[in-house]
Amino acid sequence: MFKKYNVIVVGAGHAGCEAAAAAANLGSSVLLITMNMGTIAQMSCNPAMGGVAKGQIVREVDALGGYSGIITDKTSIQFRMLNQSKGPAMWSPRAQSDRMRFAEEWRLALERTPNVDMWQDTVTSLLVKNNTVAGVKTSIGLEIEADAVVLTNGTFLNGIIHIGEKKFGGGRTGEKSATGLTEQLVTLGFEAGRMKTGTPPRVDGRSLNYSLMEEQWGDEVRGKFSYTDVKGIEEQRCCWITYTNSNVHETLKEGFEKSPMFTGRIKGLGPRYCPSIEDKINRFAERDRHQIFVEPEGLNTVEIYVNGFSTSLPEDVQYRALTQIPGFENAKMFRPGYAIEYDFFPPTQLTLTLETKHISNLYFAGQINGTTGYEEAASQGFIAGINAHQKINDKHELILKRSESYIGVLIDDLVTKGTEEPYRMFTSRAEHRLLLRQDNADIRLSPIGHELGLISDERIAKVNAKVKNSDEIVAFAKAKSIEPSKVNAILEKNGTSAINQNTKLFNLLSRPQVGFNELNSVDSSLQELLAKYDKETVEQAEIKIKYESYFIKEMEIVDKMKKMEDREINPNFDYSQLGSLSKEAREKLARIKPRTLGQASRISGVSPSDVSVLMVHVSR
Amino acid sequence: MTNNEDTIVALATPSGAGAIGVIRLSGPDAIHIANSVFKGKDLTKQATHTLHYGAITDGELILDEVVVALFVGPKSYTRENVVEISCHGSNYIIESIIKLLIKKGARAAKAGEFTLRAFLNGQLDLSQAEAVADLIASNSKASQQVALQQLRGGFSNQLAQLREQLVQFASLIELELDFAEEDVEFANRDQLKQLIHTIIRIISSLIQSFELGNAIKNGVNTVIAGRPNAGKSTLLNALLNEERAIVSHIAGTTRDTIEEVLNIQGINFRLIDTAGIREATDTIEQIGVQRTMEKIRQSALLLYVFDAVQITIEELNNDLESLQHPGVTMLVIANKADLLNQEQLLSLPHTDKAIIISAKEKQHIDELKASIYSAAIKDQLSGNETLVTNIRHLEALQKTEEALTRVLNGINDVTSDFLAMDIKQALHYLGEITGAVTTDDLLENIFSKFCIGK
Repeated sequence: MFKKYNVIVVGAGHAGCEAAAAAANLGSSVLLITMNMGTIAQMSCNPAMGGVAKGQIVREVDALGGYSGIITDKTSIQFRMLNQSKGPAMWSPRAQSDRMRFAEEWRLALERTPNVDMWQDTVTSLLVKNNTVAGVKTSIGLEIEADAVVLTNGTFLNGIIHIGEKKFGGGRTGEKSATGLTEQLVTLGFEAGRMKTGTPPRVDGRSLNYSLMEEQWGDEVRGKFSYTDVKGIEEQRCCWITYTNSNVHETLKEGFEKSPMFTGRIKGLGPRYCPSIEDKINRFAERDRHQIFVEPEGLNTVEIYVNGFSTSLPEDVQYRALTQIPGFENAKMFRPGYAIEYDFFPPTQLTLTLETKHISNLYFAGQINGTTGYEEAASQGFIAGINAHQKINDKHELILKRSESYIGVLIDDLVTKGTEEPYRMFTSRAEHRLLLRQDNADIRLSPIGHELGLISDERIAKVNAKVKNSDEIVAFAKAKSIEPSKVNAILEKNGTSAINQNTKLFNLLSRPQVGFNELNSVDSSLQELLAKYDKETVEQAEIKIKYESYFIKEMEIVDKMKKMEDREINPNFDYSQLGSLSKEAREKLARIKPRTLGQASRISGVSPSDVSVLMVHVSR
Repeated sequence: MTNNEDTIVALATPSGAGAIGVIRLSGPDAIHIANSVFKGKDLTKQATHTLHYGAITDGELILDEVVVALFVGPKSYTRENVVEISCHGSNYIIESIIKLLIKKGARAAKAGEFTLRAFLNGQLDLSQAEAVADLIASNSKASQQVALQQLRGGFSNQLAQLREQLVQFASLIELELDFAEEDVEFANRDQLKQLIHTIIRIISSLIQSFELGNAIKNGVNTVIAGRPNAGKSTLLNALLNEERAIVSHIAGTTRDTIEEVLNIQGINFRLIDTAGIREATDTIEQIGVQRTMEKIRQSALLLYVFDAVQITIEELNNDLESLQHPGVTMLVIANKADLLNQEQLLSLPHTDKAIIISAKEKQHIDELKASIYSAAIKDQLSGNETLVTNIRHLEALQKTEEALTRVLNGINDVTSDFLAMDIKQALHYLGEITGAVTTDDLLENIFSKFCIGK
């Protein structure tokens, strides 16, 4: 019934959709298998994309030719650029999405992508020949052949949902779990673990009293995730903020003895940065209130997401506690919050291409690797899809560097260090974060996407123009001197000191108080120049001018590390021969098989002297 | 991590009481750095494989007279530019010179690093690779043990505290960046400033303790000088007799002096006796005086003894002036007090600064020891204070302090993402002593102290 596919993608969440689209756009024939065609690209948790570090990841996926940014822009009902009071590396786009439209747009995008077939079924095992994956076997007994398989099973593998003392198998509320696959992978030599995550109750927006909450609107001038021109939804919505109080906390405490977390029924480790409300009041007992973000799930629904109230307490306790929150007095619950436990595979079993070390042509992406978050999942799926295609076509693999992308940091962290709790990206995880900005993801990565064939000539021409034109503006600013009489009034008005001699425009712009907006009018040739270019180009030039010295310093550090990062280690290197390495280092190196000396140095338990020893040997 | 673009420095000869110490610099700036402290020919203009006589100076102060050997890369052991400075074998001088070179831009070499560079630059053949690796491994094990020993007691407590405070500071900065949207209270700039001031204060006191710590580890070179028959040898014996049980004799291997080691409250004083100083009437006498002066110059402490009965005020003033040397603390000791009555004692010249003893009768020797001890530690030490004794620790602390000073300077003007650059540097350097501070450490601290997450 099925032909042999180039790539089968199992699971149609954020990771699976990006994987399928990327492989297909590169020319592979792709079969996307999902348990439910009705829930493609579900936002299982909050209806939002982006945020600090995560927003940068979406921009990176977009710059490389992925779809997440475009879909988000098409379906966002509120946009905010976070962290604008910090330097540009911290600016982070975040959008509320219309949850149903988001899923719909993803499905449309996949339907419009040639080479993507879809099939509703559950994969129960892999077909494996000579340690190479050959296809999948499904719950209705089909065997479908493929050259490569990408697993993006999310929380579905042996998923168990907990609500108070109730527990039942499920991959998401109202959906079955997937069994069989973990067991087979363990037989094949994989190590599996358990993780836990949770989600808050959803309520009926008609039952809330918004007058008791604070409004939170998006930015007046909307930013975007995609570097392409996407037409989004005109209508924007506001969110609301309210707070828990001691009555809420006391009510929740009544349910503690039935909490699956506190009674030890949940064994998996949950994310510390995404604690349940019971965890918050338990660990931070001194706090008498916690913030609750009240987020609409979409334009055409009254459903509301109660962000900050993730819980797995019994549903009646959830309900009673909710109704004591200001504005929630008459709240009607649509769905209770719950915790979910699921299988993951410690990602140290992968190479930097996300291919498994045990089975060739088998790729893992998303929560199966121990990550959390749509953005983290999408980027892994995208990279796995590309690498699956490249591998079966004997083309070069795609490994992004830590110094060029958050995606590189994410995958290198996972593969090199593994993770104990669901891994989320933070800017602090990126040692060169000043260079990994949302404003320059296209400059950093679009050339790579273009070379792969995922970015059109037209798009890359636009990126090249942005580089060239912003450099031209920078050069102009370095050459142009401004007379005191022309600029002093403006400087003083903006709270910065006047000048007493002709000063280079570049130096004036280095002051935090003024930018091109303020100085545009001081010189007609400047005005003419800026008028020639779009907003993004001018902004790029301003960022380059204001932070040049920091960027240069950071680039120097990158260059220094380059020797280590570029020095490759033979993948078949026999570490057991190196008596001068510590025992721990020998074991870890043999297991992780680092690709470069740089990666080796990041393995925990490998000391600088171990790295020196290694350096001696790989230099032979 | 090894980075071949910087210049490294270390003592190349075994440390201890050798006649000569050889300090080796290797790296692109080796010659430039050596030249910046060398008084003599311009080393940057000299040919490779040449020797040059001159002095190592720290500003006006001459640290030692040395012979410098130049090896221009690739014709050197490491194939980089190499400078070898042969100086006098005193630990005090060697440490001073290395410290100075670090101040001028060199970095203290890690265990086996010269050999590692030699190998990486293709100087050693393949059969030597295994040996090099073993050497690095064994050296670092040895230095780990040394470090462990040093980390016992106060030092490790204080460092742990320092690390914790720096982690706390870094966490507060990262909190602002990664968790801007969270409902947590961010530290204001004044709080941050206060915290960083506290951290810098601890680091400064640790840096200052280095000289003292060094003294404890290597011993304080102490010269006894005075006119003939002032009672120098009797004094030496008096000092040593008291402590006979814990005194050891170290014969200077090639030098013509005998060193005796005196231990006062845990600090080793290497006592060096000298020939008596006379008014130089002939060349032989002149050579004797020059020798004594040279020994004084290599010391940290000078015990000047005079005969309270015989000396004239002119002679005393003359001696005090001529024996003075920058960087050397002088104690003035009036000997033979047993031969004077109370009135004569009071009329002695310079009674205000002289310590009055009788070496022969062993009178006031304990007081003298107390003075020697406090002169050596320069009143820095208050009981349980911590000491830094390792030059690599010193360097790491200095670099940490520099980075934190940059943070402090920027704290009012620069947003936290840029401050974080220097904080990262500080954490990196401190991590060289306390163990690396990772992002996970910071996140752990943030999650344990702040209620994060929606």
